[in-house]
Amino acid sequence: MIDLDDHPVVLEVRNLSKRFPVGGMFGKQQVHALNDVSFSIRVGEVVALVGESGSGKSTTARLIARLMQPSSGEILFKGKNMLKVEPRGASLGYRNRVQMIFQDPFSSLNPVHTIGHHIARPLLLHHKVQRRRDREGRINELLAKVGLNPPADFASKFPYQLSGGQRQRIAIARALAVDPEIILADEPISMLDVSIRIGVLNLLAQLKKDYGIGYLYITHDIASARYIGDKTMVMYAGHIVEGAESSELMEHPSHPYTQLLLSAVPNPHSLDQPTRLETRGEIPSLIDPPPGCPFAARCPHVKPICREVMPSTTMLSADHWVRCHLYGSDNSAAQPAA
Amino acid sequence: MQPNEALLTVDDLCVEYRTPRGPVRAVDHVSFSIAHGEVFGLAGESGSGKSTIAHAIMRILHPPAVITGGHVNFSGDDVLEMDGDELARFRWRDVSMVFQSAMNALNPVMTIGEQICDVIQCHLRLSKADSMDKAAHLLDLVGIERSRLAAYPHQLSGGMRQRAVIAIALALNPPLMIMDEPTTALDVVVQKEILQQISDLKDKMGFSILFITHDMSLMVEFSDRIGIMYAGEIVETADAHDVFNNPQHPYTRGLMSSFPSLVGPKVKLTGIPGSPPDMGKPPSGCRFHPRCDQAMAICSLQRPALREVAPVHRAACHLYELTGVTPRTERGTL
Ligand SMILES: Nc1ncnc2c1ncn2[C@@H]1O[C@H](COP(=O)(O)OP(=O)(O)OP(=O)(O)O)[C@@H](O)[C@H]1O
Ligand SMILES: Nc1ncnc2c1ncn2[C@@H]1O[C@H](COP(=O)(O)OP(=O)(O)OP(=O)(O)O)[C@@H](O)[C@H]1O
Ligand SMILES: [Mg+2]
Ligand SMILES: [Mg+2]
Repeated sequence: MIDLDDHPVVLEVRNLSKRFPVGGMFGKQQVHALNDVSFSIRVGEVVALVGESGSGKSTTARLIARLMQPSSGEILFKGKNMLKVEPRGASLGYRNRVQMIFQDPFSSLNPVHTIGHHIARPLLLHHKVQRRRDREGRINELLAKVGLNPPADFASKFPYQLSGGQRQRIAIARALAVDPEIILADEPISMLDVSIRIGVLNLLAQLKKDYGIGYLYITHDIASARYIGDKTMVMYAGHIVEGAESSELMEHPSHPYTQLLLSAVPNPHSLDQPTRLETRGEIPSLIDPPPGCPFAARCPHVKPICREVMPSTTMLSADHWVRCHLYGSDNSAAQPAA
Repeated sequence: MQPNEALLTVDDLCVEYRTPRGPVRAVDHVSFSIAHGEVFGLAGESGSGKSTIAHAIMRILHPPAVITGGHVNFSGDDVLEMDGDELARFRWRDVSMVFQSAMNALNPVMTIGEQICDVIQCHLRLSKADSMDKAAHLLDLVGIERSRLAAYPHQLSGGMRQRAVIAIALALNPPLMIMDEPTTALDVVVQKEILQQISDLKDKMGFSILFITHDMSLMVEFSDRIGIMYAGEIVETADAHDVFNNPQHPYTRGLMSSFPSLVGPKVKLTGIPGSPPDMGKPPSGCRFHPRCDQAMAICSLQRPALREVAPVHRAACHLYELTGVTPRTERGTL
C-alpha cells in the first residue's frame, strides 16, 4: 500500500464536541452526542468510521459539512480554522470542496425533481459546466459510473420510481459531480447488493487514486472498512475509542468494544455453531451521562477507575491508538488522536 | 394448523410499472411460499423487484404499478381478491411491515412514545398507561433507552429510527412480518441483539417472516430458506446453508464471491462483471446471460425454468437442463 504519511492533511478536526438540549420546558438535559473527537484526513486517504448505532457518526459528518455548529472544537480545512474564517456558515466554495452523501436515500432526494435535475443542480451551482449539451453528457457519464443503465432513462425518472439501492447511487453520483476534495459518505452503500457494492467501492478507491479525494467513510459493514479504509476508527457513545491502520485494527482489536463489535460480524462459516451474544449489555446513556468510560457498564474487564475518568489516548504502536484503562498508565498525557 | 403448512403462498406473481416509455416488468412469474414459523429470505440485486413483491403482498402498490397476474394466498384466503373490510383486516391484523424507508417513515411532529402508543392503543385496546408501559418495554427490546420515548424522530440517529419502526411492527405480533432491509443503519452488535430478540419472539409466538436484505452473510445466518432474485425473477431457492455452501446459479455464485473479507490478504474484488439490465428492455432468454461466464448458445434464446437441481434446491439455469452434467461449483472467497 502507498504510504500516505507524506500526503498533506486536507481536513482536521480537533476536540470536536456536540451537545443537544432535550426534554422539559427548560431544556436542562443534554444529549452528549459527540465528545472530544480529533482526527485528520490526508489527500487521497480513506478514513473509515465504524461503531455503535447512535454513537455520533452522522453528527461528526454533519458538523464537518457545516450543517450545524459544534458546541466546541475546531474544524481545519487545509490548515484554516473554518469556524473562524467562515463563522456564519459554510461558503459555496467550502460546500463545493466538501461533499456529503446522506445516510437516508429516501429523504435526501426531492420528490418533485427528476434525477437529471438533482445532478444538474450542483453542476450549475458550482459552474462545472457551461453548455447544455455538456451538462447532459456529464450527467449521463456520472449515472453510468454508478451503474445506472441506460443513464438517459434514469435521468428522466423521479425519485419515487427508484429502488432503495438506486437512490443511494444517485446520491453518490451527485457528490461526485462537483470534483470535491473531501467526501463525507454516510453509509453510502448500505442498500446495495455485494456485487454493485464492490463496484461502488472500487469507484471510490479509483477516484481517491486519480484525484486525491479524501473520504470519511461511515459504515456498518466492517469488511468494507477494511477493503477501502486506510485507517479505521471505532466510535462508541460519542467517543472515538480506538483507531488504527485498518488491517491492524481488525487483526489486533484492543478496545473491549472493538472486540465485541468484531465478534458480532455475521459469519456464515460458523452457521453450525451459531454464537449467541452473551448477556445484552446496558444501553449507554447519552443524556447527562455518568463520568468515566461509556463502555464501563458492559465491559467484561471493568475496573473501578473506569467509572470515574474517561481514559486518555494510549499509543499501542505508531499507527494504533486506544482509549482504555487496560492500556498504558492512567495518567499519561493525552495525545492528539491521529 | 399443520406446522409445515404454508402461511403465505405467492404463485406466479407478475407486477408491471406502466411508464411512459412502456411497461417495466419488475416482478416476473415469481413463486415461493413461507411456512408457519419460517424465515424466508429474499436477496438479490438492487432494483430486482424485492420491495415490489413486498408491496404487492401488502396490496399497497399504487399506479403506475399493476399486478398483471398470479395469486397471493394467506392462510387460505386470496389476498389479491380481498376488498374493503377484509383487506383492512388483513393489513391490520395479519401482517406488519418494516419498510425499507423506515428511517423516515415516522411522523416528524409526534414523539416516538406517542407513535408507538398510538399503534398499541388502536390495535390492542389498552389503556394509556398500559400502552406507555408496553412502549417502554418495546424500546428495551430494540435497545433504546426509555427516556427517548419523549424524543422526536429528528432527534434520533438513523439506526434508532429504524429500531423504533421495528418496535412498532413487533408491538402487534401478527402472524406474518415483512421486513425490508430492516437493519441497514444498525451496527452488527445491535443488529445481532435485535435479530436474536426477534428470533426468540418468533419461537415463542410462532410468526413467520419475509426477510429482505442485501447482506448475504446476515441472510444466511437469519433465514431458514432463501430465494435469490435477478431482474424480476427468482433464479434460485434453497435452504440457507445450501445457498451458501453450494450455490448453483452463476449469479448466486457471483454474489457469494463478491464479499470483502475481514481476514487474510487484501485482494481486489471485481464483483460480477457488467451492469444490471435495463428492466424496460430485459435481455432475451436468460436475463443473466450477458454477464454470465458460462453462457451457452441456448441461453440467449430460451428462458430457463426453475427446476430441482438437488432435493429442495431449485435453480433456473440451462446448465442443469443438460442431464448428468453438474457444473463445477466453487465456494466464493468469503
Ligand atoms: N437534533 C438532535 N437533537 C437531539 N439529539 C440528537 C439530534 N441529532 C442527533 N441526536 C442524538 O445524537 C446521538 C448521535 O446521533 P448520530 O445520528 O450522530 O448517530 P450515528 O452514529 O450516526 O447512528 P446510526 O448509525 O444509527 O446512524 C444520538 O443519540 C441522537 O439521538
Ligand atoms: N413507480 C415506479 N415507476 C417505474 N419504475 C419503478 C417504480 N418503482 C419501482 N420501479 C422500478 O422497478 C424495479 C424494482 O424496484 P424495487 O424497489 O422492487 O427493487 P428492489 O429489489 O427492492 O431494489 P433495492 O434492493 O435497491 O431496494 C426497479 O428497477 C425500479 O426502478
Ligand atoms: Mg447515522
Ligand atoms: Mg427495495
